[in-house]
Amino acid sequence: MNLRRDVFQAIADPTRRAILLLVASQSMTAGAIASNFDTARPTVSKHLQILTECELLEQEQNGREIYYHLNPKKIKEIADFIEPFRKMWDDRFNTLETIMKKHKSKE
Amino acid sequence: MERKTKISAVDGKQELVITREFDLPLELLFKAYVEPDIVEQWMGTKVLKLENKKHGSWQFETKNAQGHVVFQANGVIHEFIPSQKITRTFEMEGTPFGVQLEFLEFEELTDNTSKLTMHIVYRSVAIRDQILQLPFAQGINMAHNRLQNIVSELSHDKAK
Repeated sequence: MNLRRDVFQAIADPTRRAILLLVASQSMTAGAIASNFDTARPTVSKHLQILTECELLEQEQNGREIYYHLNPKKIKEIADFIEPFRKMWDDRFNTLETIMKKHKSKE
Repeated sequence: MERKTKISAVDGKQELVITREFDLPLELLFKAYVEPDIVEQWMGTKVLKLENKKHGSWQFETKNAQGHVVFQANGVIHEFIPSQKITRTFEMEGTPFGVQLEFLEFEELTDNTSKLTMHIVYRSVAIRDQILQLPFAQGINMAHNRLQNIVSELSHDKAK
């Protein structure tokens, strides 16, 4: 539950969302990611740490460099987070439709 | 299978749009929104007040089996055009979310089908995102409670 909340806090930040978009197309080192932002390098490092902690990013050692890439499984979970809300309305509207169809045949 | 109810929630915006097409003539769809006894059936809540007119107000309340109030919501109606449009506010009492503005538009597609577009505006992006996550959080809680019941039943059996 805590971890879940952290994921949403993680993506609530615009810089972190920008980082996710950046690494979506290719694995990148911390330095390469930081070069895309005006913010100080330690700030970007902190963002990378948060994104890694909540498993949105994964690290991969390649020689002396650490590359960051998206964890597609976690991203999929976020994409699905709206689904319970949609399902709630879909259930309500299905009930509405059933009730009104009966209503119609009564008339 | 195509999803009948669609939700559009653009990242970073404090609004969302719910659309749904119904196998119902427009008049029947609209009726489901104005007749209190019908609203009660599909919303699963008691309708204390529903004044379908400009400057009218509405009030819903749900009690659990023990008679405790578990859900209360209210609002005012700003615009009411039969079979076309309802503009209203919605506020869930006892929550930190505050009031939201809802634009409901009803459209005829064919003689027997109609469409509802519900445009909801929240006070902030953060509040919208929290509300979107509510059913998700409740789902987790329900699963958790069920699990706890099973676990306590098991330990109870062991104690016997």
